Amino acid sequence: MISMREVLETNDMIEKENLDVRTITLGISLTDCIDPDVKTLCEKIRSKIRKTARDLVRVGNDIELEFGIPIVNKRISVTPIGLIGASACRTPEDFAEIAKTMDRTAEEIGVNFIGGYSAIVSKGMTAADRLLIRSIPQALSQTGRVMSSINTGSSQTGINMDAVRLMGDIILETARATADRDSIGCTKLVILCNAPDDNPFMAGAFHGVSETDAVINVGVSGPGVMRTALEKVRGESFEVLCETIKRTAAKVTRVGQLVAKEASKRLGVPFGIVDLSLAPTPAIGDSVADVLHEIGVEYAGAPGTTAALALLNDQVKQGGVMAADYVGGLSGAFIPVSEDQGMIDSVNAGALTMEKLEAMTCVCSVGLDMIAIPGDTKATTIAGILADEMAIGMINQKTTAVRVIPVAGKGVGDNAEFGGLLGHAPIMPVNTFDCSAFVNRGGRIPRPIHSFKN
Amino acid sequence: MKRAIITVVGHDTVGIIAKVCTYLAGQQINILDISQTIVNGYFNMMMIADVSKAAKQFAEVSADLEALGEDIGVMIRIQREDIFDSMHRI
Repeated sequence: MISMREVLETNDMIEKENLDVRTITLGISLTDCIDPDVKTLCEKIRSKIRKTARDLVRVGNDIELEFGIPIVNKRISVTPIGLIGASACRTPEDFAEIAKTMDRTAEEIGVNFIGGYSAIVSKGMTAADRLLIRSIPQALSQTGRVMSSINTGSSQTGINMDAVRLMGDIILETARATADRDSIGCTKLVILCNAPDDNPFMAGAFHGVSETDAVINVGVSGPGVMRTALEKVRGESFEVLCETIKRTAAKVTRVGQLVAKEASKRLGVPFGIVDLSLAPTPAIGDSVADVLHEIGVEYAGAPGTTAALALLNDQVKQGGVMAADYVGGLSGAFIPVSEDQGMIDSVNAGALTMEKLEAMTCVCSVGLDMIAIPGDTKATTIAGILADEMAIGMINQKTTAVRVIPVAGKGVGDNAEFGGLLGHAPIMPVNTFDCSAFVNRGGRIPRPIHSFKN
Repeated sequence: MKRAIITVVGHDTVGIIAKVCTYLAGQQINILDISQTIVNGYFNMMMIADVSKAAKQFAEVSADLEALGEDIGVMIRIQREDIFDSMHRI
């Protein structure tokens, strides 16, 4: 029988340590909506999403109340729109119409974000993919809930440098199109390498073509829970540290698994995966940087940070894998800057630079995330940052991503305010030495060798 | 059997258990186990209850208990037992 100590431990995690289920994301296939007419396509998309997701928010709220665990976000991901719109869209404006339909439908259903305004172009871009990418600045400036992701590389295909170069321009154009709101459009645009098909977290969520008609994926959280657990083992050996991380990750994951199964049962939609992520928010105490501090570095970015993060990321997976039926998505520790007060403090203290963040992305769960950079950064420089990050993912067979915000009209020393879960960020300096001769070459970086490692 | 955990946390005062039990009896909710402790002057009580014959929906019971807690000056919550089982039992 459950003991009082166990009950109090769980409820303390929820009440004092920000334990929550970060998102229930319903993945919906739109392949059966494909139509040569844009208007009909948009109607079909709206109808399919409404039909599949009509009970999502209610079920999420019911589970929240019955189990007493906050479920912060209920979200939707759809099949990459680059595929779905291919037969209908002739112009970027046509694609933007789909984005507006997604936005309106998300609002009707009551979800805060809808992911999948995406294209998978890791080897080549179709004409439709190109149009979708061209439409991103207008799509993200004219909608509030739509999330966009472009997969420009993979360990199987290499890196599509034409797409990387193009995304350098698109990120800047998106920043300018939303200049009046600190370039918030770029917070909804991520460029990935090895993007998973079953990621429940935004901005990179889309419903992959390997998936069934609809699926429930759940993202857990818990940096605050982890930090509190680690406070109790200060000064202990790595063995004790790792064991504590694993035990804590397992507990957090079990809650995610329960919620995922329950949501799946009540919605009549198959359970996909639990994403075992330490996902921070700007709330005090809900910080991955604070966990790194507790592991033993003064600030995130100090020497030792990459090792501490590597250990954390891996032990979270080791603890979580056994606690869930299926795991997937991004799983590990996220290191966004604007969404993590500890990371912001580290930047402001001068401890954390872009270069150190890049090193950390070799071992974290995703990549360079929610980093505000000067608005006058060149498109080729952004493309260079993208290329570096894609290369790390490709060679190391991990998911990497870039979500940078070149904040229009602002420079180093200024702050960008995005509000809510997206947080705020100090603008970080970027290495301004030129890489245009590199990124302008055109073509692809070939797929890597998978043996012969050193 | 659908089991729920009811927790009561707050300053100790006369009649907390009586009031909670009276409410539960009225709802046909059977109490299977009660434990309580006082930590730093704070009253902590946990009940394991069978809610399968409850007269009202879970959400209503939850809202009633919250309101009752406000009357007494303590925090009362009810949660399905599964969350604790999931977290603490493999």
